[in-house]
Amino acid sequence: MTGMLRVSVWRGAAEGRFQAFEVPRHPSQSVLDVVTHIQRHLDPTLSYRFACRVGMCGSCAMNVNGTPRWTCRTHVDKVAGAGTLEIAPLSNLPVVKDLVADMREFFDKWARARGRFEPTASREAAFAIVKPDSAARIEADAGIECIGCGVCYAACDVVAWNRDYLGPAALNRAWTLVNDVRDAGRRKRLEAVAGDAGCHSCHTLMSCTQLCPKALSPTRAIAGLKRATLGLAFEAKEEA
Amino acid sequence: MSRRGEVLLWVAQRLTAGVLGVCVLVHLATIVYAVRGGLGAAEILGRTRGNVAWAAFYVIFVMAVAVHGTIGLRTIAAEWLGFRGRAAEVVMVLVGVGLALLGLRAVVAVFGP
Repeated sequence: MTGMLRVSVWRGAAEGRFQAFEVPRHPSQSVLDVVTHIQRHLDPTLSYRFACRVGMCGSCAMNVNGTPRWTCRTHVDKVAGAGTLEIAPLSNLPVVKDLVADMREFFDKWARARGRFEPTASREAAFAIVKPDSAARIEADAGIECIGCGVCYAACDVVAWNRDYLGPAALNRAWTLVNDVRDAGRRKRLEAVAGDAGCHSCHTLMSCTQLCPKALSPTRAIAGLKRATLGLAFEAKEEA
Repeated sequence: MSRRGEVLLWVAQRLTAGVLGVCVLVHLATIVYAVRGGLGAAEILGRTRGNVAWAAFYVIFVMAVAVHGTIGLRTIAAEWLGFRGRAAEVVMVLVGVGLALLGLRAVVAVFGP
């Protein structure tokens, strides 16, 4: 496919406007290719973020025609049927400049969800034996390939409604650790992800699952966390 | 509200949803069955007044509505209106008690002696 694409790109931060560009259309062209063309040939002041260009690093996610996507693996042909593209920074996050979203709150919430592995063994201990076909490992494996791109976070209405909500990625990460038999932080992690800011706020809208570029299901992880936190409700005393 | 409280509310929401599912089906099926060929207010009251079993059923129905509806309204108030915190908790308790009283008043009117 050849011809020209009409591209609107967000310029500015919280306040700003869309700027129009015309970009040559090519076969197998990705949305990231379009943004890179603008920055290298039309306006070098355009700011955006990318690293690997092959769907591994999770840094190039943007809103494309109103939907959050990883731009390096999103073909223009799939999203610009009429030859028009509107490219904006990810929703639900502050904008640093142009297409660069500030990811701090996204990753801070991973920390609040205690998304860090807490080992039970020392380096002198023998390797833990974890059977790949055990139920817990299958659950953990289902969510382990998250690349932290923030697409699910930008797609989630609950994040927009409740700014404290931890979001699909942080909860998905917590669920993988809850199912890691080597991890020692289960109890405190379940307390961290319960309640109004945690898994119980999820309305199962499933935008995260629909749009996750790695085809993960944070919705399933959150449902698992709701079940796992059930015990907290019937314990006599809550741990600080 | 404490995390434990939030989890308890979630459990209550789920349990009352199950109760309401059954209650609504029984309620609708009974209406469809009872009004075949027409049924007046006096005939309805003639069948319901003093019926302890049906009164108990509707007390359960009303209490499930009060609990389930209030938890749902609490979430809507928090997410759409930003109404959270202690004041919201007090208002929601009042809403729940109000819903329960209105429902129980109807139960008394229909099933009372």
